[in-house]
Amino acid sequence: MLQIKDLHASVEEKSILRGINLEVKAGEVHAIMGPNGSGKSTLASVIAGKEEYEVDKGSIFLEGEDIEELAAEERAHKGVFLSFQYPVEIPGVSVTNFIKTAINETRKAKGLGDMPAKDMLKMIRDKAEMLEIDRKFLSRSLNVGFSGGEKKRNEIFQMAMLEPKLAILDETDSGLDIDALRIVANGVNKLKSKDNAVVLITHYQRLLDYIKPDFVHVLYNGRIVKSGGPELAHELEEKGYDWIKEEADA
Amino acid sequence: MDLKEKLVTSFLAFENNIDIDSPVHDIRSEAIKAFETNGFPSKKEEAWKYTSLNNVLKHDYSVFPNQENALEYKDIKKYFIHDIDTYKIIFIDGKYSSHLSQVTHDGLDVCLMSSALNKDKYRPVIENYFNKLAPKDSLTSLNTAFSNEGAYIHIPKNKLVEKPIQIIHFSTGNETALMLQPRNLIVVDENSHVQIIERHQSLTNNPVLTNSVTEIFADKRAIIDYYKIQNDNKNASLIDSTFVHQKDQTNCFVHTFSFGGKLTRNNLNFYQNGEHMDSTMKGITIIGDKQHVDHNTLVHHIEPNCESHQDYKGIFADSSTGVFNGKVLVDKLAQKTNAFQSNNNILLSDKASINTKPQLEIFADDVKCSHGCTIGQLDESALFYMKQRGIPEKEARALLMFAFSNNVLNSVKIPELKQRITNIIATKLGVNIGFDL
Repeated sequence: MLQIKDLHASVEEKSILRGINLEVKAGEVHAIMGPNGSGKSTLASVIAGKEEYEVDKGSIFLEGEDIEELAAEERAHKGVFLSFQYPVEIPGVSVTNFIKTAINETRKAKGLGDMPAKDMLKMIRDKAEMLEIDRKFLSRSLNVGFSGGEKKRNEIFQMAMLEPKLAILDETDSGLDIDALRIVANGVNKLKSKDNAVVLITHYQRLLDYIKPDFVHVLYNGRIVKSGGPELAHELEEKGYDWIKEEADA
Repeated sequence: MDLKEKLVTSFLAFENNIDIDSPVHDIRSEAIKAFETNGFPSKKEEAWKYTSLNNVLKHDYSVFPNQENALEYKDIKKYFIHDIDTYKIIFIDGKYSSHLSQVTHDGLDVCLMSSALNKDKYRPVIENYFNKLAPKDSLTSLNTAFSNEGAYIHIPKNKLVEKPIQIIHFSTGNETALMLQPRNLIVVDENSHVQIIERHQSLTNNPVLTNSVTEIFADKRAIIDYYKIQNDNKNASLIDSTFVHQKDQTNCFVHTFSFGGKLTRNNLNFYQNGEHMDSTMKGITIIGDKQHVDHNTLVHHIEPNCESHQDYKGIFADSSTGVFNGKVLVDKLAQKTNAFQSNNNILLSDKASINTKPQLEIFADDVKCSHGCTIGQLDESALFYMKQRGIPEKEARALLMFAFSNNVLNSVKIPELKQRITNIIATKLGVNIGFDL
């Protein structure tokens, strides 16, 4: 699904990623953990195609295709989805109409016509129900005045609507109370299949109690310094990141 | 001969062509003198500091063409709001087109200024209202001097006019350069309600200069809903001066949608003569190239307990320039006034500019008055967010711009008109998406 080879990236001439290697296969869930400032969110943004980030070296393949030269929207059309750590407020655009536009633009890119209104409505209703989202919420301006939990739930709602191949969830657990966390995790678990893949970016182990990763990677100073199974997350939870830093800096 | 001289010398011929015994003969003669003394406004005047007419005045305009020009409805249908039933007052090169119009005298008068000025039965209304509101500044005087044709609308009391009234001025381009001076009078008596849509449209790229004056009178409890669509060709310029006089408990709304034209100047003035009334003026301006749009507004709060609301959104691309000059005048007597003004702008290019100037003169001490203006760019993080969800750059930008102006569009009360404006905006932004936000 996703193959990252020796990826180096920088922003405003400041080097942040320094040689990332990662392979995520269809059907897998990977967790990327690491201390603050290690480059986790940068990695997510670079995969999604944020223009401020400069790829200095290395490559990113999605289903065998080099996507480095593609614009963010083209990557989205190919099935890359990023759940934002800080979803952006867009006054004047309702949740429903935003997602309708996103779906129809994606269909247009694939040479398909608009999704019939009836199908769209049904899909919106089903997915909203799955994530316990109130119908009234859908007619509000996108993320405007949403609580932290509502913003994250709305991200997962969009993911459910767009049915991506590769979903990168950037700190989706931050700002969630335990009920919201359960709902969001449930949603992600229902969307998981053998044909798609999930990359969870998180600082804490908490989310991983709900969404079980197949692999856990620790990012530090722009490199993956340790990889392992789910047990690695527990070890980090117990011992913190200091031992990893020491090992890496040694 | 420059345009001013040409206009002054043309005046005698103009007067000879029409009835010299008309009750407005003296008004016209005085007005041409005022114009002769003042001439066209220059940038030295405070109110014209950011708008120069020099480029617009250099053409050799034909000032009152005699040729009768005809147009086929099918060729110009797209400029009409044609999916609903409306009254229509249509002019072609300044001359009334009975063929394209649908006027009425059945319980209300929706007809022509030329008849109103010449027929005895309209004399009382003309004597009471004509030129009673228009100030004596040079451009308004110039229009008054040549006032002969335009829309005349008189709604008697207790009448809810169900069909909107469309006033459209077409210019055919049969003249190399054409100057038009429409003069409209709208009188709405007690408890009546009317919706009006006004548009100026040139059909070729020949230069057109329109100097339009509209006087509107709202008697007690009247509701007037007025829409101006300014989406003309790039060589057409418009100076639109509108004066609204409101009495007790009236509600007057003017929406101005400025997308086209070379130079557009809107002078929009509200005079509140009574209590418990509301004046609303809103606008969306989306321009590019070297277009220029200037909104010059005034609300004069004369008596207590009234409100005014101003909300203007502007989006400026390329080397376009905008001006917003909003004056709110609250007299000493006008206690408990609520006056709100907001002007938000997005500059899409380094060469675009906007001059925005709120001007509040408040002489009462128990009032709520607020104003705010912003100038910014499109939010890059919002653009990335939208692109990440699969919305391409151009569509994402369009959606953000549309959302930015959406609350002005939301107060348009004629659904077909709202849809039309939406389509014009989508075309203007070069996208094909349904913005049913």
